[in-house]
Amino acid sequence: MDQDRKRKIRLVVALSAAVLLAVALLYTSFSAGSEAREPSEVLAAGPSDESYQMTGKVASFERDGSELNFQITDRDGGDETLPVNYSGVVPDPFRDGREVIVTGKLTEDGVFVAEKDSLITKCPSKFAAEAEGNPNIIIEQ
Amino acid sequence: MLELLIAIVILAAVAAWVVRPLSRRAGTGEERVEDPVLAELEARKQAKYREIRDTEQDHAQGKLSPAEFATQDAELRREAIAILREIDAASRKNPSDPASSA
Amino acid sequence: MNELGSAALVAALLVAIYAAVAALIGTRGDRRWVDSSRRAMYAMCGLLCLTALSLELAFLRTDLTVALVADHSSESTPTLYKLTALWGSQAGSLLLWAFVLSVASAAVLFITRNRHREVVPWATAVLAGVAVFFLGLIVAGIAFPDAESWPFAASNPVPLEGAGLTPLLQHPAMAIHPPMLYSGYVFFTIPFAFAVGALVTRNLDASWIRTTRRFALIAWLLLSIGVALGARWSYSELGWGGYWAWDPVENAALIPWLTGTAFLHSIMVQERRGMLRTWNVSLICATFVLSLLGTFLVRSGVLQSIHAFGESKVGVPLLFLIGTVTIGTTVLIVTRRDSLRSERRLDSLFSRESVFLVNNILLVALATVILFGTFFPLISELFGSEKFIGPPWFNQFATPLAIGLVFFMGIGPLVAWRRISLASLRRAVGIPAAATAVLAVVLLVTIGIAESPAAFVLFLAAAFTIFAIAAEFVRGVAARRALAGGSRMAALGSLVTRNRRRYGGYVVHVGLVLALFGIAASSSFQTSRDLRMSPGDVEQVGDYTVTYVEPISDPQSDRVALGAELAVTRDGAAVATLTPKREYFAGPGGDPETPIRSFFEGEPTSEVGRDEGITRDLWSAMQPDLSSFDAQIDEADEAYATALAELPPDLRQDRVVLDASAQRQGQEILALADRYLTDTPPAEIRFNVNPFVSWFWLGVLVGVGGALFAVWPSAEGRRRRVSDVYGARLARELTSV
Repeated sequence: MDQDRKRKIRLVVALSAAVLLAVALLYTSFSAGSEAREPSEVLAAGPSDESYQMTGKVASFERDGSELNFQITDRDGGDETLPVNYSGVVPDPFRDGREVIVTGKLTEDGVFVAEKDSLITKCPSKFAAEAEGNPNIIIEQ
Repeated sequence: MLELLIAIVILAAVAAWVVRPLSRRAGTGEERVEDPVLAELEARKQAKYREIRDTEQDHAQGKLSPAEFATQDAELRREAIAILREIDAASRKNPSDPASSA
Repeated sequence: MNELGSAALVAALLVAIYAAVAALIGTRGDRRWVDSSRRAMYAMCGLLCLTALSLELAFLRTDLTVALVADHSSESTPTLYKLTALWGSQAGSLLLWAFVLSVASAAVLFITRNRHREVVPWATAVLAGVAVFFLGLIVAGIAFPDAESWPFAASNPVPLEGAGLTPLLQHPAMAIHPPMLYSGYVFFTIPFAFAVGALVTRNLDASWIRTTRRFALIAWLLLSIGVALGARWSYSELGWGGYWAWDPVENAALIPWLTGTAFLHSIMVQERRGMLRTWNVSLICATFVLSLLGTFLVRSGVLQSIHAFGESKVGVPLLFLIGTVTIGTTVLIVTRRDSLRSERRLDSLFSRESVFLVNNILLVALATVILFGTFFPLISELFGSEKFIGPPWFNQFATPLAIGLVFFMGIGPLVAWRRISLASLRRAVGIPAAATAVLAVVLLVTIGIAESPAAFVLFLAAAFTIFAIAAEFVRGVAARRALAGGSRMAALGSLVTRNRRRYGGYVVHVGLVLALFGIAASSSFQTSRDLRMSPGDVEQVGDYTVTYVEPISDPQSDRVALGAELAVTRDGAAVATLTPKREYFAGPGGDPETPIRSFFEGEPTSEVGRDEGITRDLWSAMQPDLSSFDAQIDEADEAYATALAELPPDLRQDRVVLDASAQRQGQEILALADRYLTDTPPAEIRFNVNPFVSWFWLGVLVGVGGALFAVWPSAEGRRRRVSDVYGARLARELTSV
């Protein structure tokens, strides 16, 4: 086999492998992806079997044993709140007003049931001065 | 105010130092720089020597049979000699070049 | 001092602009301009040192007039974290980029001051250009305070106390993680600059490789340390117990690391065979672009991530730079492709060069997969709606590619350069393969394949590679002794010092394999349970029995730790005592109307209770359920609110009154901490048994050691002696030809 033909074969093999990889990537990703939605969009879509990755802001929360139940609103405010039921790791920065991402489904009874351990809380912006007032506390031994 | 003064002094000194080379006579400063052709040949030579060493190591460890080693070693040495010849030719052109000492 | 620092910073920008212009003039050949531009780069480095010094001094004396200090540090922050707080901010990290770039540039320009006559002026121009970009962004922050990129911005108003560093970041690994990562990115700028210079002057040969390689290796080393530190911090500090989540920011550091690794291998092929020039130059340009992309991802908020620091104004300019560099280098490569093409090709499929090619393909494939997955939310948005991909998708692709990489890390050492015959290959592979087969049988019997086939295959590949590399060492020592005699230890010593690159490389591979083994074992065979325990409770996790012995309450001057002492036994024998805790702080962003509640619901951090071991880690994190304390907390807050309301308005900001109030609150919190001991609420405890996870950290250490060994310059004298010997021998042949 002369060099030119060898070269062409190598090129074809390489290109086919690349195309195969690309197809695999595209195919698996679109089916594995969970759609990003804001709470208002999830509410509007109604209960379904599809899982969403919901981004929003925590309006209020309460712990009930090993479960966490919180109300989530859209990132830019709005008065619609959606109740979320979650169990698993609660990240340290979780509190009222924090932005969170949680994956799950909206069930028939209007509650968003989250996948275990899917709760992510965004780190507070390190360089936005949030100093609304710094309660000085002195703890003496 | 004092800080600003210090800053100005430092910056002036820095600026003077940075533009100093521009006041040299044109064409000076060339002697210290190595000839790129020789530098390239030198680098290729070092790489070729490393290949020869590696092949010897491979043979010593038994990855190459004596016959295989003989062929490869001869090939590499031929290539090394070619580079050495080129270095000779290039250094004869620039006998004063500091890089042509190997 | 701040004014001096500001002046130095602005001057650095001006000097960088001069350096770029002077270097470009110098490309025409006038040495004086080249020397002047080099001096300008040295000067930029010195000026930025001055800037950094003045900022660190501001941190050390807690100068609250500087916004950076007020927002990220305080009197009570420990000294180490006062210093490292500098790069916890937008402005600080941009400055860090510029500073490390200036140091690296000064170093490389000094080293090459008498070399690469044609390439250096272009490389200087590129380095100066990148410096101008970052310094420009920083200085532009004076005119555009929204960008928050000017480090000397004044606090307005000057607060009484600094905000302090986020407690999550007060950890040694986090202190040096950003400088390591950024240094890795920056050090890839050097080979990139030289690649551009080499492309422009059509000079992509052996001398380019020689200068480029060392900096690429240093960049790779620093990036490896940075990534590993991030994983380590996540594992030991965060409450989820993992070390890698395929988070966009984590991926952003990994992708250039993968392409950089590919580059380090493929330049060896170019060095020997003169081929792959286009591939190599594209790879290093891509690595630099990916490093910029990594910086962009972290700083722009374009992708959802726990790291995304909100939307910052720096994103758009960075994207612009990335676009310019990508287009520019593509144009350069395409117009130079004739000079790049080489007629040489591989001698044989059975050669080390061929294995390096396969490794390159696997690495670049993995980098592509991760890049695609990371940007998928943006890609899918183009086609409809934004979709996210989770870790399972990444693992689906990464696992087989990683297995392939591990396997070929074992084949590589066994084959020879240029070509190896099938017979010799069979001989070389024989013993490692046989040993692996034996191990396969043992594993089948002990752990079986069912639980995780992927891990099983990876273990076998890992074993094969370790056996292969061990065989290389053994055969090498034998060959050395045959040649020069002496003891095994002496032979080993001289073997590795004479072949630093080869044996250092082997050690790096061993480290990587160990790390991957640790990852596979701890993810596939982890036992994890979420428990809810009160004092006295006993639970079972796998083979271990966990008893909640007693609660822990540890008030300190600025925080309160509430935790649990857990006694862990196995088959009746005591194994370890773990003390997971939750630490509560008064942080910024609390509600000043309800200080006590803000204290307990502000930013508590997890103190992980851990017992590390060679065969397994016991990992625990806890979170007490403080809902039963709600009544007391609310009562305290109400009392505070009432007292505040009863104060005449002019006294509300009075220092003495504030201090007294702070003391009162402190007492309330101490009371709650005491109550925790006697009236202990149940705690959510996550308990993980992670098999062999220490091998991940061990592997990283081994790998870093191997890389340091490989990059260490060998004694110049010995090299010259060897050259002379060869020179003499070759000269003999020359005269006889």
